[in-house]
Amino acid sequence: MAAPFEPKITAFVCNWCTYAGADLTGTSRIKYQANVRMLRLPCTGRIDFMLLAKAFARGSDGIIISGCHPNDCHYTSGNYHARRRWMVYRDLMDFMGIDTRRITFSWVSAAEGAKWAELVNEVTTGIRALGPYAEYQALATTGVE
Amino acid sequence: MDVQEHAKHLLESAAVKVVIGYGLGTRGARRPVFVRNPGQVAKLVVDAACVQNLATYLTRREVKAMGRVALVARPTTLRALLQLMAERQVKDADVVALALDERGQVTPLESAQALEEYLAQQSRALAPADRELLARLDGMSRQERWDFWQGELARCMKCYACRNSCPMCYCGHCTMDCNRPQWVPVPSHALGNLEYHMVRAMHLAGRCVACGDCGRACPVGIPIHLLTFHAEARVQAHFGQSAGLSAKLDYALSTFRPDDKETFIR
Repeated sequence: MAAPFEPKITAFVCNWCTYAGADLTGTSRIKYQANVRMLRLPCTGRIDFMLLAKAFARGSDGIIISGCHPNDCHYTSGNYHARRRWMVYRDLMDFMGIDTRRITFSWVSAAEGAKWAELVNEVTTGIRALGPYAEYQALATTGVE
Repeated sequence: MDVQEHAKHLLESAAVKVVIGYGLGTRGARRPVFVRNPGQVAKLVVDAACVQNLATYLTRREVKAMGRVALVARPTTLRALLQLMAERQVKDADVVALALDERGQVTPLESAQALEEYLAQQSRALAPADRELLARLDGMSRQERWDFWQGELARCMKCYACRNSCPMCYCGHCTMDCNRPQWVPVPSHALGNLEYHMVRAMHLAGRCVACGDCGRACPVGIPIHLLTFHAEARVQAHFGQSAGLSAKLDYALSTFRPDDKETFIR
């Protein structure tokens, strides 16, 4: 029998809030599902929209983007700029037929270790129900000699 | 005065060095003509087939070297011109616009302020065919939209005609040409095409003036202009900002408001 589907989830998180928040999850000994691969970036404002497309193409079934709450950005306004970018990009992805249910945006502060665990668990359960994102991943091999 | 008389007057008075307008091309098409000699203004034509957005030439180095330009311009060309001024690619003093309305009336516009005032009077409605297709896509399920775009983009051969025809795509070193690291795959396979068109639409979100030249330039007839139209419409809906209506920079993605409203961040 084939092994049950385990989703791969890529999390793009900011250094100052969500990464520290996830650290707190660990030091608080809160357990959460191990499907998430975290990528630490300086700021959500630094997360190029193409990184999401790259994550899907390289085999992610789900994506989490998380950073500081509005007004809490270490660089004052990075998350505000990011928010605008995601508002437009998410609509564009939907318009092109990309499954936006697989992308979760959230604000997780350095004090919200429990929220991070909850978020990862929820997303993992959701993506497990959706199944692998085969449609997009197939693009990476279609027509490539 | 018609466009030829305006061009003759501008060239003879040495107010401009070159007039960029439309001329007769092959098989009923219109092509851009660059008139530098008042004796050659007879080359200029104006009719319903003159649709190309000629503002795309303003940022070319060889055109800039010619000197002050007079540009025969449809309303979308004027918007491109204002957006180029806002982005400091074209100086107000370097261009005279010869604005064309639907009836073929020519209005010379000498300043950014005159452009803004003229444009405020013009309709910004999309062409009926584009509105129809956008509405059809809106009515589709996500899966149907995916299949639609995959089917359309499968014909793309990455000739970059859409990029080259676009007046707002003027970067000297385009991200498509960056190969260290290779950001977007070069071959025109499914992934490369999707990523290319995604990048193009995002780079034009908040800057697209909805001239539709990318779609017209496409040799295989992909309605790619809808991607930038859509991104631009979403920017307008979310932030109330539109490209090419003012010579003052108001780029939605380089600014923010603390109270921007979204519905999807947890």
